[in-house]
Parts: sequence; structure tokens; C-alpha cells
Amino acid sequence: MAQVNPEFIDEVKRPGEFNASACMNCGVCTAVCEMGIELLPRKLFRYVLLGIKDKVLENTETIYSCLLCKMCEVNCPANVHIAENVRSLRYYINKKVYNL
Amino acid sequence: MALPTGETIGILADNLRLRNSVLPIPGKNATRWAGGLGIPRGGETVLYTGMMYQLIPYIEAVNKSQEKIEDTWLVNFIKVGRLMNRVINISGFMGRPSKSLQADYNKMLANIARLLRQAGVEFGYLYEDELYSGALIYDLGMDDVLAAHAQKVYAIFKKYGVKNLITVDPHTTNMLRSVYPALIKGYDLKVKSYLEVLVERDIKPKHSLGAEVAIHDSCVYARYENVLNEQRTLLAGAGVKVSEPPGAGLFTHCCGGPAESLFPKKAKQKARERVEQIKSVAQNGVTMCPICFVNLQKAARGEIKLDDISNYLVRAYL
Repeated sequence: MAQVNPEFIDEVKRPGEFNASACMNCGVCTAVCEMGIELLPRKLFRYVLLGIKDKVLENTETIYSCLLCKMCEVNCPANVHIAENVRSLRYYINKKVYNL
Repeated sequence: MALPTGETIGILADNLRLRNSVLPIPGKNATRWAGGLGIPRGGETVLYTGMMYQLIPYIEAVNKSQEKIEDTWLVNFIKVGRLMNRVINISGFMGRPSKSLQADYNKMLANIARLLRQAGVEFGYLYEDELYSGALIYDLGMDDVLAAHAQKVYAIFKKYGVKNLITVDPHTTNMLRSVYPALIKGYDLKVKSYLEVLVERDIKPKHSLGAEVAIHDSCVYARYENVLNEQRTLLAGAGVKVSEPPGAGLFTHCCGGPAESLFPKKAKQKARERVEQIKSVAQNGVTMCPICFVNLQKAARGEIKLDDISNYLVRAYL
């Protein structure tokens, strides 16, 4: 069973950055993902919002596979800053997992 | 076994912190393109290459080594490599850049300088004092390392009294125009891509090329910096018929290049998909980013001819 950590979002969040609360879960981003990765970015962001930290950390390769090309972002009906959110997750992983 | 993400990022970040570039380049190789052009040092307006074109032959050499060790037991040595890299630059041992590739990229930069001159723009260059912008480190989320590096880059511009920057590639344009202002208090540089400057100056063609090319837009120009019309205006002026492949303009598809440093195989697969799209509309393709150019050219395997936009423009406008 997935363990939920309500504080996880605050760990990832930097001032004015990670923000996916406007996401309506419509799936356009996943449909247009250039890498064809089903997790990107809708499910991934949902894991962050729900605080399912283990699921996020299980998918580090996916997080770094994102091209930051903004194809998803330009198609997002909720104007979520997807590329910046992915960069925020990388920042978090670099610090907390890779100790960089 | 994939390349170890943390260690690979660590090496790139250590290089930026210790050696001012993700892959250090000897100063004479970084500035060779400007030889014989007589560009003055410094000035209020400078052509800022951000080293992207010069870095590509080095990135290529290192990527060849990465591809060989990706999915083998040798990746375990990257951890040791990171420790060694803090003392000695290990990328220098991972492959030598091809001389012909260096000559190709140097020619593109010289083209850009000559085009700007033709358009009546007065500009200088910082030669060996010019630093890499940190674009890859930004993408990888190493924001603290980038923030410190950005201060170094900005201090050099200030030392020379620079007020305007003319950039040559989309990634450097984005860094200097959209990322640095958030990192540096009081940032006051005006940044334009050379494509924007040439259109603004209304450069006039001297020859019509009568060619047809498929355009591959850069994701960064298209979706980060809104540079979409300039390349089409300049190519149309050059007498080039531009064919739009599936996924062009604002919705351009990516070349896969951003995945290259960590996942070379994924990058190659994406580039191949893009080549198929370009091939479906024309036998010649034009790019405006050195990363797009190198990735697509490798994936094209000679099936289509790709060229940097500067090589087209220089033939028409000079």
C-alpha cells in the first residue's frame, strides 16, 4: 500500500515554484508527451500532490528523461508550468537522493 | 545498466563549479572561430556565443564513450570518475573532438558574425573571457551551482561595460534573457538572438537560393522564447521555400537532444522519429540550434541533408 506523506509537497516546493494544483487530470500532457512516457507529467504530479513520495522516487529515471520541451505545457488547458515543476523535482532529487 | 544519473550530473556540475563549463574547452579552441574577423574585444554590444557551438564537438566525443559504456558493467567506474574529476578533468580522456566537426561549427559562428556585420551591426566579442551560460546545469535542476555561475558570467559583462547581448543559439538566449533575470538582482542586459537582430535590421538578400527545405524549429526558440517568425522571414528573403513537417512552429517536435547527457539511446530514438517527419516533406532540413543539428544529423544517417540556418543565410545575404 502506498504511504502518503502530506508534507512531501512542501519538501519539493520552492518559493513560487512547484505548482500543479490547477491540473484537472485531463491527460492532454500525457497524450502529447514527446517521450511517450505514460507517467509524465500528470500521474507524477498527482503523486507529488498526494504526497506519495515512494512513487516519485521510484521514477527518477522518468523525471530526468523529460526533455523539458514544453510540448505538454503549450497544450495544457490549465496553464500548469509543467517544465518548471519537473525541474523542481530534479532539484529535490539532486539534493535529497544524490546529495549533490 | 543505465548511466548513473546522480554521478553524471555531479561530474557536469563539478566541472561548471571548478572549470566554468560542463565540458572544459581550451581557450584557443573556443575562440578560434573569430580568427581573422577582426572583431574588437568588448564593447556595449557583444556577440555572446555562450560556447554552445564550440562545445558540440566535445559533447560528441564524450557521448561516443558514454554510448559504449551505457548498459555495461563499466558504468560502475563513473562513481570513481567523479572523484577523480575533482582533481583532474576526466572528460579530456573520454574522447578527442573531431577536427572536421570543430571546423563546421566554427564556420557557423563566423557566418553569424559576418551576417551581423552585413546588417550594419557594430559588436564586440569577449574572446577567452566569455563563459558558458550553464544551460545544461539549469535543465538538470542544479540551481545552486547555476546561481553562483550566473554571478560570474554577469560580473564579466559588467567588467566590460556590456549592455546588449546578441546570442547565437536558443538555449543561451533563454538563459540570458529569461533565466538570469530571476537569478541576478538588478540584471539589466538586453538580449536578442541574431535572427531577431537580422530581421530588425532588415538585412537585404543579394542572391536567391531557389532551394526547398523542411524547417526544424527549436523547442526553446518556439516555446520558451517565441522566436518563430524570424527564421521564416530570413529564409523566405533568401529565396528558400520552407516546408513545414508534421509538428512545426509552436508545436514543433523535439530533436531528443536534451536527453543526450543522461540517456543517449533515448535521445537517438527521438531524433530518428524526428528525421522521419522531416524526410516526409523534403530532402533538405534546416536547424537553428547546434544541439538539434548534431542530433538530427547523426540520426539522419545521410538519408537527408541537414544544415544550420546560418549556412543558408550566408549564401543569400553576403
